[in-house]
Amino acid sequence: MKKTLFDKVWDAHVVDSVQDGPQVLYIDKHLIHEVTSPQAFKELEERGIPVFRPDQIVATADHNTPTVDQHLPVKDELSRNQLAQLSENCKKNNITLYELGHKYNGIVHVMAPELGITQPGMTMVCGDSHTSTHGAFGTIAFGIGTSQVAQVFASQCLLLTKPKSLRVTVNGTLKKGVLPKDVILYIISKLGTNSGTGYFCEYAGDVFENMSMEGRMTVCNMSIEMGARGGMIAPDNTTFEYIKGREFAPQGEEFDKKVAYWKTLPTDEGAVFDKEYEFDAEDIEPMVTFGTNPGMGIKITESIPTEEDASFKKSLQYMDFEAGDSMVNKPINYVFIGSCTNSRIEDFRVAANYVKGKQKAPNVTAWLVPGSKQVEAQIISEGLKDVFENAGFQLRQPGCSACLAMNDDKIPQGEYCVSTSNRNFEGRQGQGSRTILASPLMAAATAVAGKIVDITKEVEPLELAN
Amino acid sequence: MEKFTTLTSQAIPLNIANVDTDQIIPARFLKATDKQGFGDNVFRDWRFNKDGSPNESFVMNNSIYSGSIMVAGDNFGCGSSREHAAWALVGYGFKVIVSSFFADIFKGNALNNGLLPVQVSEAFLSDLFTAIESNPNTELEVNLETQTISVKGSDLQESFDIDPYKKTCMINGYDDIDYLLSKKTEIEAFEAQKIY
Ligand code: SF4
Repeated sequence: MKKTLFDKVWDAHVVDSVQDGPQVLYIDKHLIHEVTSPQAFKELEERGIPVFRPDQIVATADHNTPTVDQHLPVKDELSRNQLAQLSENCKKNNITLYELGHKYNGIVHVMAPELGITQPGMTMVCGDSHTSTHGAFGTIAFGIGTSQVAQVFASQCLLLTKPKSLRVTVNGTLKKGVLPKDVILYIISKLGTNSGTGYFCEYAGDVFENMSMEGRMTVCNMSIEMGARGGMIAPDNTTFEYIKGREFAPQGEEFDKKVAYWKTLPTDEGAVFDKEYEFDAEDIEPMVTFGTNPGMGIKITESIPTEEDASFKKSLQYMDFEAGDSMVNKPINYVFIGSCTNSRIEDFRVAANYVKGKQKAPNVTAWLVPGSKQVEAQIISEGLKDVFENAGFQLRQPGCSACLAMNDDKIPQGEYCVSTSNRNFEGRQGQGSRTILASPLMAAATAVAGKIVDITKEVEPLELAN
Repeated sequence: MEKFTTLTSQAIPLNIANVDTDQIIPARFLKATDKQGFGDNVFRDWRFNKDGSPNESFVMNNSIYSGSIMVAGDNFGCGSSREHAAWALVGYGFKVIVSSFFADIFKGNALNNGLLPVQVSEAFLSDLFTAIESNPNTELEVNLETQTISVKGSDLQESFDIDPYKKTCMINGYDDIDYLLSKKTEIEAFEAQKIY
């Protein structure tokens, strides 16, 4: 039978099936962080169950960590306590932890791929919905709840019903200034926030084939925002080249053997998906969101649509926007370039290219938060730090930061933030904050102008970006 | 986990679509290291004004409504995978959430915590809202054995789907860990002969 990429990886991991019920799926790698693991450790302890395969777990501290003065004790008592618990739990259970300040520390979905932990054909889970990011490698990766974290601790397995399959194909050539973030925001704006529920999504077509691994990660990252459990892209030479030589990647002959296996994973020609969508690359433009879910996005050249629906109106009211408004020229006081969607080196290169020789608008607070210590080091070694600081941007230390505002990086009540993160929910970036999702290029341009700009009108920066 | 067979209760109508888990429990309350206490902060920013006073216009603060069932708009529980959302709803006292659609992860989290997600048709959901909003004393009956939900004193009834395995777990009060631990031998055998 012809199989999809997803089928091949899933089927290779089925240990057993419950009659008329779910399957027992084996998990290769389990990533954990401070926020969704403590209750799982506690549950195991209370039930007297040991952690089954500590070697297959990697921990990092990212969600509530400060992004300044990381060498000092964490000020917030609750956060400090949560971090201390993580350290203690990892120590007790022999789990590798890249804690605050460690050279491998970072947002869980940035640091694992960067270290070569994420590999094609694997199953990976984490108590965080954006685990879908790792699907960029042809990995089945998805977010789980804390009860499931405990299940994986106890058995290295999960009980799951196999999701249905969905394929989104985008062919053609992207226009100048259209980044991977725009591609996924466009797809979600077309399909809505629950079109993917119950499905695992494969992205196919030349747009994704021609994308860097960083770009593929940005796309797969937001699969969850259309409701899908995860997204995947077939592994190819770009994938193998990216993994080669990384800290925990297979080496030498072992690597070649793996590559031979990875090459068997792409979807067979003629395999059938439960649902398919197709888009033209030429239709995609730089995108911005105007509402309070990631599906409420428009091309920068369009205006906010009119809908009669009560939730839609509530959303516009929260944002204080009117149907028919253009997003161009809306004044903005905060810009955040960061989060597991767009905090990799490529994202900062795009932003720096645009910012070079310009000045941030005086009204704007612009935060740059690298996804990991390694990205931070790269920003410095490539000289991007100077570019940003000369332009008045603030380079902070790695972490989730204003993506979910669990630490001090909060957008104040009523303020607008153009953000490269993945969620524009009410209050996501701080109580009463208003989030506009966009690409790092759009974010950088907003910071310079102090308002949203129509980037398609700027020829020169676009050339730099692509 | 608590067992669940049937429940008869009034319901709270939250007629809003796309309720995400950030609203159910805002991120700033996620710093706890145990499961207790989240109920106090369920829908925190909708239930309370900035100054800490109750927001009278929010349905959960409207004393004409009560009960351990929440009837909510389409696509309930979308967004973040935080299980804290399920703990918060359970902690507040909800045992059933009714909606025309649930986000995947939320649904799994709810079932793992003895909170029953009942998915009904859009038409039925709209009938439920009408019934409850026109008479807040309306009682709903949820029967897991027969997989039905009905409005007491009317002929409004619909059946709902649930994974048979999950149904057995809910009825008996056991969870996935118990099951997985019973599969240790198979898991070890699988590890020994992995094909990839
Ligand atoms: S950056 Fe944001 S979305 Fe990504 S893991 Fe952190 S909190 Fe979650």
